Amino acid sequence: MSATAMTASAPQKNALLKVLGPIHVWALGVGIVLVGEYMGWNFSVGKGGAYGSLIACWIVGLLYTCVAMIDSEVTSTVAAAGGQYTQAKHIVGPLMAFNVGLYLVMAYTMLEAADALVVGDLLKTVAGQYGAALDTRPFVVLTIAVLAWLNYRGVFMTLTVNFVITAFAFVAIILLFFSVSGVGGGESILRHSELLTDLPYGWIGVLAALQFGMWYYLGIEGTCQAAEEVRSPGRSIPLGTMGGMITLLIAATLTWYICAGLMPWEYLGQAVTPLYDAGRLTGSLELEVILFIGTIFSAVASANGCINDASRAWFSMARDRYMPQWFGAVHPRYRTPYRAILFLIPIAVSFAFTGLLDQVITFSILSGLLGYTFMSFNIVRFRKLWPLGSIHRGYVHPFHPVPCILLGLLCAATYFATYLGYGTTLLSIMAFYILISVWFVLRRYQYVRRGDQFTMPWPRPRGY
Amino acid sequence: MSKPYEPPVQSAAGQFFDTLVVLVLVFASLMAPLMFKAAPAAAEAGDKPAPTWESLNQTPAMVEQWDKLGVKVDAAAPMVANRFDYTIEPLSLLLTVAVLVGYFVFVLRTSDREYREVIRERFGSAKGN
Repeated sequence: MSATAMTASAPQKNALLKVLGPIHVWALGVGIVLVGEYMGWNFSVGKGGAYGSLIACWIVGLLYTCVAMIDSEVTSTVAAAGGQYTQAKHIVGPLMAFNVGLYLVMAYTMLEAADALVVGDLLKTVAGQYGAALDTRPFVVLTIAVLAWLNYRGVFMTLTVNFVITAFAFVAIILLFFSVSGVGGGESILRHSELLTDLPYGWIGVLAALQFGMWYYLGIEGTCQAAEEVRSPGRSIPLGTMGGMITLLIAATLTWYICAGLMPWEYLGQAVTPLYDAGRLTGSLELEVILFIGTIFSAVASANGCINDASRAWFSMARDRYMPQWFGAVHPRYRTPYRAILFLIPIAVSFAFTGLLDQVITFSILSGLLGYTFMSFNIVRFRKLWPLGSIHRGYVHPFHPVPCILLGLLCAATYFATYLGYGTTLLSIMAFYILISVWFVLRRYQYVRRGDQFTMPWPRPRGY
Repeated sequence: MSKPYEPPVQSAAGQFFDTLVVLVLVFASLMAPLMFKAAPAAAEAGDKPAPTWESLNQTPAMVEQWDKLGVKVDAAAPMVANRFDYTIEPLSLLLTVAVLVGYFVFVLRTSDREYREVIRERFGSAKGN
């Protein structure tokens, strides 16, 4: 929902341009997430072993299918900038909305920082292969700065670029699969029978693996951020989101299959760029180069989408005065939330400079997880306050309330998974959200215009 | 119908200060876990036998892949030895559950109170109120 796109045809002062189709929604969702196949998912191997990671991949895939189903219904109905933030504002209330907005900003900004870290680390690794030492920091800054400039200029170009580079990164995984598995001719070089081991931590390790299993899909819900700039939200959002989930399920499974058949689990569980390593292990220079480009592209596409989404969420909160109003400005020419974009650059850079990849990823994952927990009760309230038929919905997800119950249970399991190994980080991040909530209630809420928090043309919610 | 709430105008300095508060909280929460992390154990005396692939329980196939990746046995040893401790401490688990539940209860209850203000201002007082 790029604030960016403030309108062309009806130049409302604070509205975004409606220029996006399903392909852009797919590119935004998959573009943010696909980097998860190139790095980060493999930490789940470290927490639960290779089989534990595969089980986590599928269980978390179920969690995200629930997220995509629920989100498609609510977003296609609340088609406004801010995505889940705007949903929370209309369905739960201001403090929840403030928190959801922050979940989005933190999840995406941390993910963006992790992406930039990976770009730097990969370049350093490759330089190391040729005997050169490389300082990664200039590349981190350059990556974020160039992408921020793209976002500054406009959402259409940003997401079109994302579509191209995301497609390349996805094709690279497919190509690698055909090359190493023997499916595309030749002999398979995968050695599952020799490399796979039993569950190193038993079943509790499988549970623990759910934490980084989220990295396979984290950010797919970012499709909702484009709701205000999509031409036909009722069609494009469900189509782009569910198409994105299918893409990711395929890519995640192939990635696991390739990497588990090429690397000992102890290595895989700590590798920074496992798919690039897989490319190296094939012994083919062409594949190594393709996977190198794929890794860079996936990280760039992800960071690009993250800048888009984090800035829109920050912009939306500022527009509503949940955050300082100064950030709620739109560029007079490009119709983008330029101040929010610029403000988040140094934050992402400084997170990346900490070098704490697992901490940064955990902050991102946990912020996402809090957002999914919100979704599970948000849909229940949405259906209760406005039952089917009382307002126009662009899409109605089937089997309600099964997806939201399942989502709630899987979220609880993933909190427990985070507690296993990252308990201190979990408490520290919760302390942040608690303190900032108290700060909102005591300080920021006084600046919020009450009546302006409900702008949808809906009837009065039932029970209120 | 009661008069709509008119929020005060925030000064530029106030906006700057609020932005700063958010930044401080974010960085503090990111760095806090590091402060609680135990210092790495001091390197043990050099009489410890050098690791071998056998002592690391690596099969020949695994060793072959480690070699292809360019990781020698000395570098692999800490990676293999690096294990998670999944001991569950009831007290810390209870604390974590209490924090999570308490957080959501606080946010939802406060949101509901604020939501009623929003609805009242947007739609007017409900009949009977």
